[in-house]
Amino acid sequence: MGIRERMSGNEAIAVAMKQINPDVVAAFPITPSTEVPQYFSTFVANGTVDTEFVPVESEHSAMSACIGAQAAGARAMTATSANGLALMWELLYIASGSRLPVVLACINRALSGPININNDHSDSMGARDSGWIQLYSETNQEAYDNMLMAHRIGEHKDVLLPVMVCQDGFITSHAIENIELLEDDKIKGFIGEYKPEDYLLNRENPISVGPLDFIPHYFEHKMQQSLAMKNAKDVILQVTEEFAEITGRSYGLFEEYMTEDAEAAIVLLNSTAGTAKYVVDALRKQGKKVGLIKPRVYRPFPVDEIAQALSKFKSIAVMDKADSFNAAGGPLFTDVTSAMFIKGICEPKVINYIYGLGGRDVKADDIESVFENLLDIAKTGKVDSVFNYLGVRE
Amino acid sequence: MVKVTEIRWHGRGGQGAKTAMLLLADVAFNTGKYIQGFPEYGPERMGAPIVAYNRISDERITVHSAIYEPDYVVVVDDTLLESVDVTAGLSEEGAIVINTVKEPGELRDLLKGYKGKVCTIDARTISVDCLGKYFPNVPMLGAIVKVTGIMDDKAFLDDMVESFKHKFSHKPEVIDGNIKALERSMQEVKGL
Repeated sequence: MGIRERMSGNEAIAVAMKQINPDVVAAFPITPSTEVPQYFSTFVANGTVDTEFVPVESEHSAMSACIGAQAAGARAMTATSANGLALMWELLYIASGSRLPVVLACINRALSGPININNDHSDSMGARDSGWIQLYSETNQEAYDNMLMAHRIGEHKDVLLPVMVCQDGFITSHAIENIELLEDDKIKGFIGEYKPEDYLLNRENPISVGPLDFIPHYFEHKMQQSLAMKNAKDVILQVTEEFAEITGRSYGLFEEYMTEDAEAAIVLLNSTAGTAKYVVDALRKQGKKVGLIKPRVYRPFPVDEIAQALSKFKSIAVMDKADSFNAAGGPLFTDVTSAMFIKGICEPKVINYIYGLGGRDVKADDIESVFENLLDIAKTGKVDSVFNYLGVRE
Repeated sequence: MVKVTEIRWHGRGGQGAKTAMLLLADVAFNTGKYIQGFPEYGPERMGAPIVAYNRISDERITVHSAIYEPDYVVVVDDTLLESVDVTAGLSEEGAIVINTVKEPGELRDLLKGYKGKVCTIDARTISVDCLGKYFPNVPMLGAIVKVTGIMDDKAFLDDMVESFKHKFSHKPEVIDGNIKALERSMQEVKGL
């Protein structure tokens, strides 16, 4: 029935890694993800895991070591945040382009500059086109669960892509909350042994990884990579269903909260979804028809499903914890509106809010003000401003 | 809506307010509650004012923001009363618990007209008597549990014995002193 526990989001990630018992973990500390390798290195020191822990000198090296290990035929994992993820930049593309299912815990933090250690999504949003599958997590529980599903998704023969599991730095990574852990043996059975078809250290069938790939084949390889990302959607759903069978916790591509008869809905990622649910409950008590859509799978982007889910609303606010600096809207907004457009869904009025950058706290009142604006738009059909910064001081 | 008890801790870096917040989350968890325990996020510096938070409920807590309208406030260091607006948003149905040698009535002037319950506890004397050193967080934990009544006194103390056994497995000689500090703070807190 699971193990009732309480722990922070970082500890939940480290415990998931312990239960996964990967062959290699290579990591470099950076706030707020530091606790992940910190907890994990005690598991290594105590002999609770068989993992080769590589304390590298930078995140560039951390991802390089993971790529080397994964290419050799090992299961490799790491954790990072913000500028650590940015320093992994070129390697992120090499991991995905080499089709190596490395798993990374991204503890979301604002990218410098100016220097800021608090939460927003500018780090992982910057990596959205790097070819990694991206799963977002509202709570420590979801981060743990996504982590346990990551290998099954990434290692699937129709996918073979790296997976990034994101959660909000400090807000969930450093908050103690209730969680239900899974027994070790169940996880072992669920994840299984890693048996790659081709790998560097296979003497029976030698291959090379990461060679020059010029005009004759590079384009075809990118097409295959694109197809793999397309395949990932079904694989995620299959793995998620199997996970629900052993845990009773079911997830989808996104969560729909009180959306059935809603007129106005918010779309956002990670921890603020919890605050939004609280506000939805409060406004529902007042008879206001509001709801929430929380994407879990951001890469691949569930275009058809999300467009369909949004088609029934009169007004929608997509909320981004990162600005694209395109002077037009954040990354989630661009993806959502593009999905709606290509599916021919043009009825709902859609606006964008940039919120919570650099850890600016998002209160229930802030979310309520967004819903009030949306209900007003639903009533009048009039949009004053499409692109907004929520609660910013002027 | 579900009643959530919200507690805000004010302390100074190094006094253990964060540890007390984590211990409170732990004991509430052990009595079957849903809990949140989190510090204000930022760089920690010894002696600088810090804030930490607890939410405790019988049902799942989804809100992920700081606490602006707490039911209870704990002040681990009374020198903060002059520099920090400790009663900001504090419910008048609730209480503020302050570590001080002063009487509750003497502090009203510093509390910006707060009309709710003012409770005091001399955590320094208790800590020095029981532990030989000044660790205000354990007496403050005892005081806030008593003031909120969020759990039964005995269940709390029994749970803390187990918790300290685990936490101080490398120095068991401090367990008795810590339990004594909790018991005394629960008896000596004034203004209930």
